[in-house]
Amino acid sequence: MNGAKAQTRLWLAQRISAFVLAGCVAVHLVGIIAAQQGGLSAAEIISRVGGNVAWAAFYGVFVVAAAVHAPLGLRTVLAEMTPFRGLWVNAIVLLFALAMLVMGGTAVAGLYRLGSVG
Amino acid sequence: MPETLSVSIWRGAGDGRFVSYDVPRLQNQTVLDVVTFVQRRLDASLSYRFSCRVGMCGSCAMTVNGRPRWTCRTHVADAATGGRLEIAPLRNLPVIKDLAVDMRDFFDKWAKAGGRFQPTRTRTDDFARIPPTERKRQNADAGIECIGCAICYAACDVVQWKPDYLGPAALNRAWTLINDARDGLGKKRLLLVAGDGGCLSCHSQEGCQEHCPKGLNPTRSIAGLKKAVAVAALKGGL
Repeated sequence: MNGAKAQTRLWLAQRISAFVLAGCVAVHLVGIIAAQQGGLSAAEIISRVGGNVAWAAFYGVFVVAAAVHAPLGLRTVLAEMTPFRGLWVNAIVLLFALAMLVMGGTAVAGLYRLGSVG
Repeated sequence: MPETLSVSIWRGAGDGRFVSYDVPRLQNQTVLDVVTFVQRRLDASLSYRFSCRVGMCGSCAMTVNGRPRWTCRTHVADAATGGRLEIAPLRNLPVIKDLAVDMRDFFDKWAKAGGRFQPTRTRTDDFARIPPTERKRQNADAGIECIGCAICYAACDVVQWKPDYLGPAALNRAWTLINDARDGLGKKRLLLVAGDGGCLSCHSQEGCQEHCPKGLNPTRSIAGLKKAVAVAALKGGL
């Protein structure tokens, strides 16, 4: 696969992850507003969302989509706005993506475990 | 109308400076008339390009009061603010001297984008019969009147940020050929315009179509290229 083909796939990945994120953000916002309006406490929210495989899967997808989308946007910003080029940009972006995956994954796993404990 | 016009013109190469001249103000005067007056009456060492003077050749483009314009078809009345004109070389291209820029990058990128027509017939074959109402022909027609003036290239921020970006004119040219039923380069041209230096880098800021003196819309052409590249990639044909 040459450079143009690989770059096209990255561009497509960013577009597809944007579609996924649009859905995830909508569900997340509706969830927040519903919980707020319903007067749920943090403990009550955790008791419903935590330990729930469906919610863990939903937020897992959310984290993966964000970890694909944001670093690819950062890749463009770095290439256009900083002196970094080529491999440097890709290395920075890869680290950023891994950090997002690890932090997001840890948060989702933590929420799931909290619910299981309760 | 004031009797004189205060004109600042860029002199020198990239590290030059603006020099002021007073030019008589005339009815229906174009910016190119002003530059020509300075070169013929005030300072013969001024370098600039022009040829047809009727908006066909695309050689007289300059930055006039901060906007890239074709100077032969730009009236002073439309461009001057407060009786003042500031005339500089086009942005995003190396300055050779005064108002003349090095156009090599601009035209090399046309070649990189597959801007050359690839014929599929010989002179012994019959003419291709293409209905003017055909969608692809209309797409090609919408971008075909480009005169290669590089105004869109100078107006494009992505060109400034990313020097290897092919730019609006080269991508618009590629789009017209992709929609030309007589052209045979096909998917190979799509590959030439994909990737970080190609259509995928366009931010759709539309500076190109805002400034195009021919009223073309390269942003639309680039959007067409993006769609074609995406479809080809999803179908595994890229």
